[in-house]
Amino acid sequence: MIKELIIIAIGSAFINNVVLSQFLGICPFLGVSKKINTAAGMGSAVVFVITLASLVAGAIYKYLLVPFDITYLQTIVFILVIAALVQFVEMFLKKRMKGLYQALGVYLPLITTNCAVLGVALTNVKKDYTILEGVVNGLATSVGFLVAIVILAGLREKMEYNDIPKPFRGMPVVLLTACLMAIAFFGFSGLK
Amino acid sequence: MKKCFERLFNGLIKENPTFVLMLGMCPTLAVTTSAINGVGMGLTTTAVLILSNIIISMLRKVIPDGVRIPAFIVVIASFVTITELLLEAYIPSLYESLGLYIPLIVVNCIILGRAESFASKNNVIHSAFDGLGMGLGFTFGLTCIGIVRELIGNGSVFDIAVLGESYEPLTIFILAPGAFLVLAFLVALMNAIKLKKGRDTGITGDCDKLCRNCPNTGCAGKRIDTEAVR
Repeated sequence: MIKELIIIAIGSAFINNVVLSQFLGICPFLGVSKKINTAAGMGSAVVFVITLASLVAGAIYKYLLVPFDITYLQTIVFILVIAALVQFVEMFLKKRMKGLYQALGVYLPLITTNCAVLGVALTNVKKDYTILEGVVNGLATSVGFLVAIVILAGLREKMEYNDIPKPFRGMPVVLLTACLMAIAFFGFSGLK
Repeated sequence: MKKCFERLFNGLIKENPTFVLMLGMCPTLAVTTSAINGVGMGLTTTAVLILSNIIISMLRKVIPDGVRIPAFIVVIASFVTITELLLEAYIPSLYESLGLYIPLIVVNCIILGRAESFASKNNVIHSAFDGLGMGLGFTFGLTCIGIVRELIGNGSVFDIAVLGESYEPLTIFILAPGAFLVLAFLVALMNAIKLKKGRDTGITGDCDKLCRNCPNTGCAGKRIDTEAVR
């Protein structure tokens, strides 16, 4: 049991890294990775939301969609649940946990359309994970995201003062960095 | 009529979602391992985009302003589900190769972006043409990237071998890193062409809607400055 969970966790955090090999959540990965601080904030918000969303989506799938035989509605239901959940988390943090809200609040509205959240919920269903396995998968996937975005932000901070050829300034050099990171992450496939 | 063509031109060239606005990056990078996948994903998105634009434009006076985003998402998600079921039934090969990325069309920023910025303010015909233009622009972008990746990574285009037997394919181009690499060079190429024409590439700190050159890249057109909010 524990062994299987560890295999799932390592698999989704490193071997099939969510941004670098599955291309989910590219927008925040490229967009909010200018400084390590903001990148870490965004990453933590994603960890929080994805873990919670995989729990809620998993429960709704098992106890609502399957018994009523309406699994074909999963896409609609999941996206609404995620949107509502993000709103709810934002309201809750604002009211009860001021410190955490100040750290993560800005990023929450950006997360609703982060395809990684919906992607994880759908993957959990597709792979027939139990709710516990789904939560572990969600946590590991989002930790993979956190690691990737913080590394990219660190590299971008170093690149700030480099003399980059004019056409490559802005987006292209960030994409090239991501490319090299993706190659580096291939190394993890040896863990299989 | 003039406005309809203007919308088509706008989507295909002026505000091309892939190369100019840089929206919908996830499917752009993920499914372009071959040209045919690029076309398939592009046309699927186009279909959803046109239909959701039409319905949202029809309902624009009925939907209350406060709940418009959830309402748009429901409309879009319904069409995505319909498209997914149709693909599964009639084009199973495409359904297999696109996999998870079909339901993820729901969160494609292009579709919600067009619903929010165009369809909810304009009439049905113009919205339909806007969807068509944007969709074809997206298809064009995906196909370009798909062709380059398939040509270098597999030596073929649309599954037809082009480069011959002696060509040793660089497999990395159809693997994950190749997606970043090809997109980086295509965007750099466009920047180089612009620089040569003497035009400014628009690399500034302010949001000028040209996400391609934004140093704060990829808020996905939401114009959110994370530094400022903080």
